[in-house]
Amino acid sequence: MRQVAIYGKGGIGKSTTTQNLTSALGEMGKKIMVVGCDPKADSTRMLLGGLAQQTVLDTLREEGEEGVELDDVMKSGVHGISCVESGGPEPGVGCAGRGIITSINMLENLGAYEEDLDYVFYDVLGDVVCGGFAMPIREGKAQEIYIVASGELMAMYAANNICKGIKKYADSGGARLAGIICNSRNVDGELELLTAFASRLGSQLIHFVPRDNVVQRAEINKKTVIVYEPECAQAEEYRILAGKIDGNEMFVIPNTMTQDELEKMMMEFGILEAA
Amino acid sequence: MAEPGKQLQKLCDLKDKIVESYPAKVGKNRAKHIQVKGCVETPVIDANAKTLPGIITTRGCAFAGAKGVVLGPIKDAVNLVHGPVGCSYYSWLTRRNLARPAEGGKSFLQYCCTTDMQEGDIVFGGEKKLMQAIREVHDILAPEAIIVSATCPVGLIGDDIASVSRQAEEELGVKVFSANCEGYKGVSQSVGHHIACNALMEHVVGTEELEDPTPFDINIFGEYNIGGDLWSIVPMLEQIGYRIVSTYTGDASVHDLARAPQAKLNILMCHRSINYATRMFNDRYGLPWLKVNYVGLEETARSLREMARFFGDEELMEKTEAVIAEEMERITPEIESYRQRLEGKKIMLFVGGSRAHHFQLLSEELGMTVVMAGYEFAHRDDYEGRQVLAGMKKSGISKVVQDIHYELQPGFKPPLSETELEEKNRDLGGHLLDYEGMIPQMKSGAMIVDDLNHHETEIVIRELEPDVFCSGIKDKYVVEKMGVPSRQLHSYDYSGPYTGFDGALTFARDIDMAVSTPTIKFITPPWKNTEADCDA
Repeated sequence: MRQVAIYGKGGIGKSTTTQNLTSALGEMGKKIMVVGCDPKADSTRMLLGGLAQQTVLDTLREEGEEGVELDDVMKSGVHGISCVESGGPEPGVGCAGRGIITSINMLENLGAYEEDLDYVFYDVLGDVVCGGFAMPIREGKAQEIYIVASGELMAMYAANNICKGIKKYADSGGARLAGIICNSRNVDGELELLTAFASRLGSQLIHFVPRDNVVQRAEINKKTVIVYEPECAQAEEYRILAGKIDGNEMFVIPNTMTQDELEKMMMEFGILEAA
Repeated sequence: MAEPGKQLQKLCDLKDKIVESYPAKVGKNRAKHIQVKGCVETPVIDANAKTLPGIITTRGCAFAGAKGVVLGPIKDAVNLVHGPVGCSYYSWLTRRNLARPAEGGKSFLQYCCTTDMQEGDIVFGGEKKLMQAIREVHDILAPEAIIVSATCPVGLIGDDIASVSRQAEEELGVKVFSANCEGYKGVSQSVGHHIACNALMEHVVGTEELEDPTPFDINIFGEYNIGGDLWSIVPMLEQIGYRIVSTYTGDASVHDLARAPQAKLNILMCHRSINYATRMFNDRYGLPWLKVNYVGLEETARSLREMARFFGDEELMEKTEAVIAEEMERITPEIESYRQRLEGKKIMLFVGGSRAHHFQLLSEELGMTVVMAGYEFAHRDDYEGRQVLAGMKKSGISKVVQDIHYELQPGFKPPLSETELEEKNRDLGGHLLDYEGMIPQMKSGAMIVDDLNHHETEIVIRELEPDVFCSGIKDKYVVEKMGVPSRQLHSYDYSGPYTGFDGALTFARDIDMAVSTPTIKFITPPWKNTEADCDA
């Protein structure tokens, strides 16, 4: 079982990428579980064809610890992908980070991690803001981390921060950076910049996913691109990404950068103007 | 130096010996917390500073200071602890702050109330559960007030306990207020005292009127009625002619606390835990405070005389003298008999927010020598006197809690005009609104240690060979295993009260029992018993 976590700056397209990617892997016949680690609970919407999911934490709150059953919280989506949403508190109350820890522990205790799974994907909210959101890379949960990024400074800044988190837990949890996925924003020199960025981190730009409006159309229809328009070029891009990830053997402890180094690199590629 | 004898030099060397027993960096830090009176011109003590990692300290946390010390003793209020169950259970009835309900009144000190936060409350927030708990406390116990104390996780997840308390107060029509005294907020329990004082000033003080003020109304501050200390002095004060409006906060009623501003004088016993409140009373109501000490015969007499002098009333002064004369005559012969046995005995005191100071004067009255004294959570002014306050820099940690400064409340008539206050203070030798600290009254050669730890405890006991060590429960048995009897001066070991004239006698008896009974010395711990059969 390969356990994979997808991180990246908020709004970069983690959930979209994860669902399209897992959809392509599913099409290849892989057995997959997707665990959404975002209080918004929208990480499995396109796989399930809608937000029909009862979250782990909602169930825990309503039923109590004794009352949570795997069937209540795990639903089967396209290509037989098992979908789980961790859920979490309303914005501004409680502790979403602690919620993720609780939720993942509970899934383990419930036996969600079946032996015959090929992949478990964790789709994790935004930046690694606190210990809770680092849960998938701690304690030997996810071994492979992919970071979704674009050629924008803040996306790379977040990616670099996430790498710091990976480095921190590299020894105890065994998590490794497996690659950067570019979800293109059509920034000038984006491919070159991210290729350099990934290599600077000691990793790889595993795939450059171009921008295509079919992604948004599929999303509105609550479907992955693979299901919505299987013949289109973008579906093929996700299949290529899936193939590369399935064959990936490059797992590294990242060399993180300082803010100065990051900005300097942006200038070299002409993204930032020198002051 | 006034007394440069060999003995003093040995003590000065002992400080170096302790410092050198540490790694250099730790030693450098601890050197600032240890002084020997007489070895330096003016001992300066670094205090209220972070305990270094690895050191076995005896300190508590902010929650212990707020809920455990200041807010806990308010008898007709229910202290509701918002947090996991242990914070509440292990702080319940552990301080011997005694209380009995007033006639027709209530006391809830026997109750232990908590929201018992669980995993789900942390994830989703505990505000609703807290609201429900407040309602239940109100419905079942109907206290005069409900005080919500925060434990560590509450601060981490950001439950807004102040707003829940406000809503509950509106809904239930009973006083509900809170203290954000999360344990991690300070280096010791000290910051919790400050947080609790702020909460009382903001939510309780001045919310009710004193209907029948008298000329000799006083409030007693920093008296928590440990082992009945308050009850030991109240009859004496009443006999002289004072009326006690409120006690902060031993055996206290929340209504009395609310009516306190109209008293004429605040007397202050434990300086550290509640001087914030006496200062704020002076800011807001022009109500002056006088540091007193009614532990020890001479100190009790001195305190009573200063109080009478403050009021300047002939009859009060006469009655004061009469009480002192009568009590001294009664107690002195009895004290004398203890003094014969205690003469020359060595005592160590590591306790309280003024107790190490108070009890050394009584110990000396009993003929004993104080060889070491110190505090867990005191600040520099408790050691050196309030004159150091102006020059003290605020550390990052002490900024966590707001230092509230009030203006004189519009329309409130202070008991004294500014000129009257100045005059009184001159007459009292500048003692009003002041505390000289522990060090000035200490004898040359006495060691002063701030935040004494277990390692240092062992060194000072070995080197200074005290006859009795007075501290708390966590070090009591460590000390007794070293063959030295220990008396707890936090809880009085089920004994007390130790205040006033009779209290001095009780203390003398207890110390006499400790030092004159060789039991502890006869106990050989198993690991020192070389004749024991190891194979058994």
